[in-house]
Amino acid sequence: MATDIKDLVKWPDDGVSSIPYQIYTDPDVYDEEQRRIFRGPVWSFVGMENEIAKPGDYQTTYIGDTPVIVLRDLEGDIQVIVNRCAHRGNLVCIAKEGHAEELTCVYHNWRYDLQGNLKSVAFGKGVGKQGGMPEDFDRTQHGMQRLKCEIYAGLVFATFSDEVAPLTEWLGDEMVENIDRVVGRGMVLLGTYSQYMPNNWKLYMENVRDSYHASILHMFQATFRINRLSMKGGIKMSDGGWHHISYSIAETDQEEAEYDAKKLRAVKDGYTLADPTLVKGWREFDCGTTLAIQSTYPNFVVQQISNSLALRLCLPKGPGECELLWWVFGAPDDTEEQRDIRIKQSNMIGPGGVISMEDGVVGGWIQRGTRRDLGKSSVVLMGGRGIEPSGEGRATEVSIRGFWQGYRDCMGV
Amino acid sequence: MDGSVQLTNDARRQIDDLLAEYAHAIDDDRLEEWADFFTDECSYRMINRENHEKGRVIGIMDCSSKGMLRDRILALREANVYEPHTYRHILSATRITGYSGDVYSVETSFLVIRTMQEGDMSVFCTGKYVDEIVLDGDSPKFRKRLVICDSNRIDTLIVIPI
Repeated sequence: MATDIKDLVKWPDDGVSSIPYQIYTDPDVYDEEQRRIFRGPVWSFVGMENEIAKPGDYQTTYIGDTPVIVLRDLEGDIQVIVNRCAHRGNLVCIAKEGHAEELTCVYHNWRYDLQGNLKSVAFGKGVGKQGGMPEDFDRTQHGMQRLKCEIYAGLVFATFSDEVAPLTEWLGDEMVENIDRVVGRGMVLLGTYSQYMPNNWKLYMENVRDSYHASILHMFQATFRINRLSMKGGIKMSDGGWHHISYSIAETDQEEAEYDAKKLRAVKDGYTLADPTLVKGWREFDCGTTLAIQSTYPNFVVQQISNSLALRLCLPKGPGECELLWWVFGAPDDTEEQRDIRIKQSNMIGPGGVISMEDGVVGGWIQRGTRRDLGKSSVVLMGGRGIEPSGEGRATEVSIRGFWQGYRDCMGV
Repeated sequence: MDGSVQLTNDARRQIDDLLAEYAHAIDDDRLEEWADFFTDECSYRMINRENHEKGRVIGIMDCSSKGMLRDRILALREANVYEPHTYRHILSATRITGYSGDVYSVETSFLVIRTMQEGDMSVFCTGKYVDEIVLDGDSPKFRKRLVICDSNRIDTLIVIPI
């Protein structure tokens, strides 16, 4: 029977601007999230279509903490199937990736086709007329659990929900437009890695949506006096606040071109980079966007930081831990020079990124800071109490509030 | 050792000394010396084993100049925010895989234990160094240092080089 969620979580009265510490720590809340969010009305990113190019290619990953297989079946269609044998619950695919003509559980040799339909069970008719499955055993009732999936711009999403709107409708036009811009040319995978963090997954997703902290916590650019020329920027959010984009646009065409050693002026008590080519880029997008961090609810990120392009997925690993998976990519028509720039700029992102490494550590500090005071709450008041983006400027926590609106909608708290 | 590589005792000693000095400099927090272990034209790359084996080019760190090495350390001292910690490098015996001109290709396994300020200790990283070492006079240096990490995962963050 469903837990009465309102007994489990006492949400403060203040809408989405006051967040109870309890929900970063409580194992019961974590379990409810798996059911109500990750198996709820959301589309979860599960992988890149071109990583499973040939029929039979598969990868294993997770939706929330449920293991799933993402594969291309023999007809060439993408399928997302819960990675669990219908017999005794064993993982069917063990490897992170591979190629298979069928899915076979190693434990008792139950065999499924690549749509998850059960084809045969070992010793189904017994051995020497002894044992075997009962007469009324119906193979069609014992397939692996297949999920609904959709592919957009080479990104594969899946859902447990029958109610969720079609993917692009669920994302909304502005979100789709940014995906088209960053990913639509095609993706050439340049590298993958993971960052394992000692904090609840939501603390990382708040950080992703937190445009307020960027120039405060991350001191690399300020320390080295890397002055971004005047830029406009702001926040875009989908209806209801579930998804967001935080962006900057260069005012002039020269912005990136001027971004070279000459402009990296040292002021008194400042430092200069010995090799300023680290931050050299090119104007990749006609719209002039130099930064766009997009998140789709609940845990997926599309990143453009200058010419550094990446996908990130934050997987929950219990109440107090999460794993951030990174896919760093370029475009199919990149020149060698452009690829080298992407490689150089990769020094700014990821677990060792000189600009972004701090994002891996603040969550753990909040986890430690809050765990003994579960009745207290954090304050998310910057830029008001609502979830309407207010014009330009990023000194706001509005997109964090959007995340919490999505959370309250899904969780019913 | 590959049969084709003939090594004088002196070359062997210089290579071993360089590898040991490098590890001790990092573990002793003499990070300002880090760039000096490299030749003027140099590269330092850290990448996980999976990416390396698949021929992917982006990893965890990629310094293609001595200036970038210095910038990493200056950033660590002056800009980056993290919880204080130290490393202890344990190195394996070194395998000499090639020799050409003054450049030796060598491989050494490493184990790095990370100790946090409150005392938590963990196996932070294991893997192997794939190096090109130049023996020029009496100060051997790395021309290339490729750090191949066994795991795809980095715990929390990596700020001190390996």
